Amino acid sequence: MTLHPLLRRLVRAIPIILIVAVLTFMLMHLLPGDPAAVIAGSDASVEAVDRIRVQLGLDKPVVTQLVLWFVRLAHGDLGTSLVLDQTVLSAVMERLPVTASLSAVALAITVPFGVAFGVLAAYFRGTWIDQGVMMLALLGVSVPSFWIAILSVILFSVTLGWLPSSGYVPMDQGVGQWLAALIQPASVLALFQIGFLARMTRSAMLDVLDQDFIRTARAKGVSEWRTILKHGFRNTLIPVVTVTGIILSLLIGGSVIIEQVFALPGIGRLVVQGILARDYPLVQGVMLLFGITFVVLNLLVDVLYTMVDPRVRNE
Amino acid sequence: MAGEMLLDVQNLTVQFRGDAGWTSAVENVSFQVGERECLGLVGESGSGKSVTALSILGLHARRTARIPSGVIAYRGQDILRLPTRALRKLRGGEIAMVFQDPMSTLNPVLTIADQITETLILHQSLSAAAARQQAQRLLDMVRIPDAARRLDEYPHRLSGGMRQRVVIAMAIACRPKLLIADEPTTALDVTIQAQILELLRDLQDELGMSVLLISHDLGVIAEFAHRVMVMYAGRTVETAPVRALFERPVHPYTIGLLAAAPRLELDTDRLPTIAGSIPDPASIVPGCRYSPRCDVALESCRNLPPAMGSAEPGHLARCPPRLAALGFAA
Repeated sequence: MTLHPLLRRLVRAIPIILIVAVLTFMLMHLLPGDPAAVIAGSDASVEAVDRIRVQLGLDKPVVTQLVLWFVRLAHGDLGTSLVLDQTVLSAVMERLPVTASLSAVALAITVPFGVAFGVLAAYFRGTWIDQGVMMLALLGVSVPSFWIAILSVILFSVTLGWLPSSGYVPMDQGVGQWLAALIQPASVLALFQIGFLARMTRSAMLDVLDQDFIRTARAKGVSEWRTILKHGFRNTLIPVVTVTGIILSLLIGGSVIIEQVFALPGIGRLVVQGILARDYPLVQGVMLLFGITFVVLNLLVDVLYTMVDPRVRNE
Repeated sequence: MAGEMLLDVQNLTVQFRGDAGWTSAVENVSFQVGERECLGLVGESGSGKSVTALSILGLHARRTARIPSGVIAYRGQDILRLPTRALRKLRGGEIAMVFQDPMSTLNPVLTIADQITETLILHQSLSAAAARQQAQRLLDMVRIPDAARRLDEYPHRLSGGMRQRVVIAMAIACRPKLLIADEPTTALDVTIQAQILELLRDLQDELGMSVLLISHDLGVIAEFAHRVMVMYAGRTVETAPVRALFERPVHPYTIGLLAAAPRLELDTDRLPTIAGSIPDPASIVPGCRYSPRCDVALESCRNLPPAMGSAEPGHLARCPPRLAALGFAA
């Protein structure tokens, strides 16, 4: 059977997602703590806790629980949260716009800055501009984001009062307010990734600038900047696209911390709540969705390859 | 020698930054290329041929290379002292270059049309449509079949020989006065080599170009060049009209090179070679650079830098002992 290469990749991703699901399930059950006790409250009787445990099906062997979870999943049912009065799917869907907005804005900040800094550093290789950019990149990568987040809040929200320190405004209540709420957390989130992307872009660019076809372009009389942007940059797009895919995954992962600091009601917060309450179905459901998201992102990167590299297109 | 001097290089020295400071890859090299003339530049790898060629277009990286002395006069203008903008006008417009490896000299993500029209739009201010038409004519000129269809293809779809034709089409796009061909056939199959060489010669006639042909292949040089300059370890060792060089070589290095060229009429199992290898620019003897490998070197050769001497009109060699032995005043 011949499938379209992309479809084939999608099929091959299914076992990966299943493995992610099983691992999450096992990790959750390895954690000490009992969701029944959490739900029942601290002064509940042993009988009450037991009753809740039976109700939730947590008295069954772990393997049975796993099988039951998969059976429900096959029916498209992610289950119901143990602590929230909601299905996992609706809990996720409610918070998805927040995390999606945060990641999108962060990516929109990361890519132009990261690429521009990388290209600049490569063009001015060895000069103070290069060193300055690389120093900032290193700083961005090494300083923990929660710390920068706190400093940023002190400066922009407390001292200057320019930006809200916390909370989220949906886009339908005004794009300006939506952006104002997100710009600070997204920038903090992006800072780390800008450094990462700048370093990758710089080294990809330096590789390309050593190639013979760059010399050809110069020998044709093409100006230095045009050589870099037209002949050099287009060839660095392949590694840059790869890294951007990774960065988007990292941004989604990084949003867990940033959503905590800026009190954004996103999926990151949801997961943290779920883990603290030992809300098994919730955490499993979110992790499964994360897994699927990453697989789709990788697929998207593959599609982008065919757009930026004619050699891949013809294969 | 044919006509006026188009390119006049005097005492060119090119240095590269190394661990131990600046070392000379090319030292005091002088040569001329006349209108419609083909000068062949011969030497082993590392002799400074390509370094010399790249200097003419100012293509060395400023960070790692410098030209402390010398003049490269193109039509009377010193290229080394031209402002960047004027130099860019020369590049691709008046002086064009064909490089060795067509697999890496074309940009993999741009179509053939993109790469050829870029030069035309840049130097002749053609519109995109006119440039495209011209590009198709150029592909016809370099004998690429089905040119109209090839225009929109990417380099990886073409064979090595076809790619080199595209590189040549790019080079001749603006009818340059001088074409620098740096080992243009070395990376190609033998059968393709002859075709590319023939194409280059036809184009030279057709367009009235001068050609600076760089090769380590004496067969290529013998077929194509009017005059030859032999380089060794960054210096000129002999320069002569092509017949004189092949029939009456003076410098022991030239004689060694000629002896090492494979010939069909000699029925031997082994080819003669020149023992040893070209010295590293950082560890060069004070005297004649070839003396450590020379069969006939005298004691004085190792210590005194040899001067260029004249054997016959237009035939110079940097080997006083040989010149003296042949009866020419050194």
